[in-house]
Amino acid sequence: MSADCILNVDQLSMRFGGIVAVNDLTFGAERRKITALIGPNGAGKTTVFNCITGFYKPSGGSLKLTHDDGRQIQLERLNDFRISKQARVARTFQNIRLFPGMTALENLMVAQHNALMLASGMTFLGLIGAPSWRAAEQRAIDLSKLWLERIGLLERADDAAGNLPYGDQRRLEIARAMCTEPALLCLDEPAAGLNARESAALSELLLTIRADHGTSILLIEHDMSVVMEISDHVVVMDYGVKISEGTPKQIRDDPKVIAAYLGADEEEAIAVMESGT
Amino acid sequence: MAGLSASAPGSLAAPGAAFIFKKALVSALVALVLFSLMIGVRTEAGSDGQLTYWTRFGDLAIMVATVFGGSIVVELLRQWWGPVGTIRIVPPSVQGGLAVARRGIAPVLLVFTFLVPVIFYNERYILDLGILVLTYVMLGWGLNVVVGLAGLLDLGYVAFYAVGAYSYALLATNFGFSFWICLPLAGILAAFCGVLLGFPVLRLRGDYLAIVTLAFGEIIRLVIINWQSLTGGPNGVTGIPRPSFFGIPLTPGDDGLAARLGIEFSTTHRIVFLFYLILALALLTNWVTIRLRRLPIGRAWEALREDEVACRALGINTTTTKLTAFATGAMFGGLAGAFFATRQGFISPESFTFHESALVLAIVVLGGMGSQLGVALAALVMIGGFELFRGLEQFRMLVFGLAMVLLMIWRPRGLIGHRAPTVFLHHSQAISSDLVKEGHG
Repeated sequence: MSADCILNVDQLSMRFGGIVAVNDLTFGAERRKITALIGPNGAGKTTVFNCITGFYKPSGGSLKLTHDDGRQIQLERLNDFRISKQARVARTFQNIRLFPGMTALENLMVAQHNALMLASGMTFLGLIGAPSWRAAEQRAIDLSKLWLERIGLLERADDAAGNLPYGDQRRLEIARAMCTEPALLCLDEPAAGLNARESAALSELLLTIRADHGTSILLIEHDMSVVMEISDHVVVMDYGVKISEGTPKQIRDDPKVIAAYLGADEEEAIAVMESGT
Repeated sequence: MAGLSASAPGSLAAPGAAFIFKKALVSALVALVLFSLMIGVRTEAGSDGQLTYWTRFGDLAIMVATVFGGSIVVELLRQWWGPVGTIRIVPPSVQGGLAVARRGIAPVLLVFTFLVPVIFYNERYILDLGILVLTYVMLGWGLNVVVGLAGLLDLGYVAFYAVGAYSYALLATNFGFSFWICLPLAGILAAFCGVLLGFPVLRLRGDYLAIVTLAFGEIIRLVIINWQSLTGGPNGVTGIPRPSFFGIPLTPGDDGLAARLGIEFSTTHRIVFLFYLILALALLTNWVTIRLRRLPIGRAWEALREDEVACRALGINTTTTKLTAFATGAMFGGLAGAFFATRQGFISPESFTFHESALVLAIVVLGGMGSQLGVALAALVMIGGFELFRGLEQFRMLVFGLAMVLLMIWRPRGLIGHRAPTVFLHHSQAISSDLVKEGHG
């Protein structure tokens, strides 16, 4: 934990009544690195995400976010929209949550809400069409265009988000999260439902985001090919506790992970793990 | 049926025609079974108690034929004008024509509205009806912000109308403020009430939100009835000053507008003035709403309707976003209320019952939620149509209800069921109503 971490999760626990979804979880997400959170279904990964992004209030523990300028924010003390607005943590959802009746471009414009609200003088400058507002709006459109180009959807900018193919919707959701200009991007199973080619494109997109924007990424993923290829650090959870962490290679060779994550049959588990690389 | 569709391979019209024919046949069959006893055979008690009956197969045949023909017409209309995705058997040329007509309808309607006082100068009834329709257009546009854009179901909209009306009435009668000072005050007071209503309902969604807003509407009305010392209770407020033409009264006196312009005084002047006043107020509502839709706040409203959780994840403060929607909608309601008070010269709690809220909500829903043109058309159809059926007397409600049911079958998402994007890169294309969410409160 001595490394430069953007997010320090310390003894996080989350209980729903008598059920302990996350128990005493401690890990760090390094700055400008990709950290993967893996584990079997029901291991508590999404619960951790919901705690980080303010959708749940943790039962115990601390979530410390350290910005580039050294500013520290305790995420467990902020709630819902402030996590994104003040702590600059963006997220995507396991089941895509775009605004289906709005166009791809509009989706990205909504993501820039807070910056645009300031630029529009809390609506009043915008209502009279002040030049400063027009310039800000044009900048927002340009940023959206940049992201649409990056995810290959520039041609379909004016199509309703709900009409886009599944893979495009996944990428659009990531682009929308990036339009909030986050310091930490949390992706909940971004490769779910994608085919091999789309997964490869996704890996590339995530590597670009890390390289070009210096955004730290925390992702939950089941697709081992994506995890092994792009992760700098992997945290493995099972039944709400951390059972291992390390580089993808270390994880792949960890017998505890293999046993817990893929069942008791080690031989078979190793085969599956290796096929994923 | 199979033979019919097989006989015209390659033609797109054939399956549609077969489908329509089949549907009409089924309807006719159902009608035959139902009406054969109701119309076909007539029974009556005879003079000494015995049962007499006679048949009316001619009438029965006419009824069944009507159902058969009507079913075909309804189905054809549905496919012409129906929701996206139904089989369209209309040639593209007709569809193109319809599209042009659709685009031209708004400017034509606007120009016509401007000309109404000129064309119908001597027809007081039409002018009054026009003012009434425009009032409801404005109320519809105001409620559209809350229901259509932000997706918050508000059943108590009349409360803000009442607040606006009473604000003007009380300020004008007690302090002698002029209409033009009271108008913004009425808007601000109503917006304030909108925020007051907004706070307790922020956590509520869907049905619960609807019930609480309904209760709010009733609370305002009951407060007005019972706060006799201020509002006059059930007796209402009388002697509300008529509006002046920016300080110049519209009276027959020497300082009146007519005398100053050197023309003969006529009571129609005031009606025409009121007509243009409400038209200006309605157009202001429309302009502000269109403008707001293209600003971040408007986009946030629509995003809120689409997915509230995603909004929060993007750092949008859903609380203030909802409150601004309530406040904006309420403000327009308040402005319309102030106009109502100055037009009537007398207001009482009778004018602000739940019936009004329901009517305005029906206008928004029938018009197509979120569509400005749709709301205007719906107000015209609802208010104008209601007057049109006046000759039918007690059947008016029946005809009206039937018309609404039919409209909802044809256009389940309202007259204008699609959504226009607020910003575009290449070209603006309408978004099908299938994708647009209705909001959950």
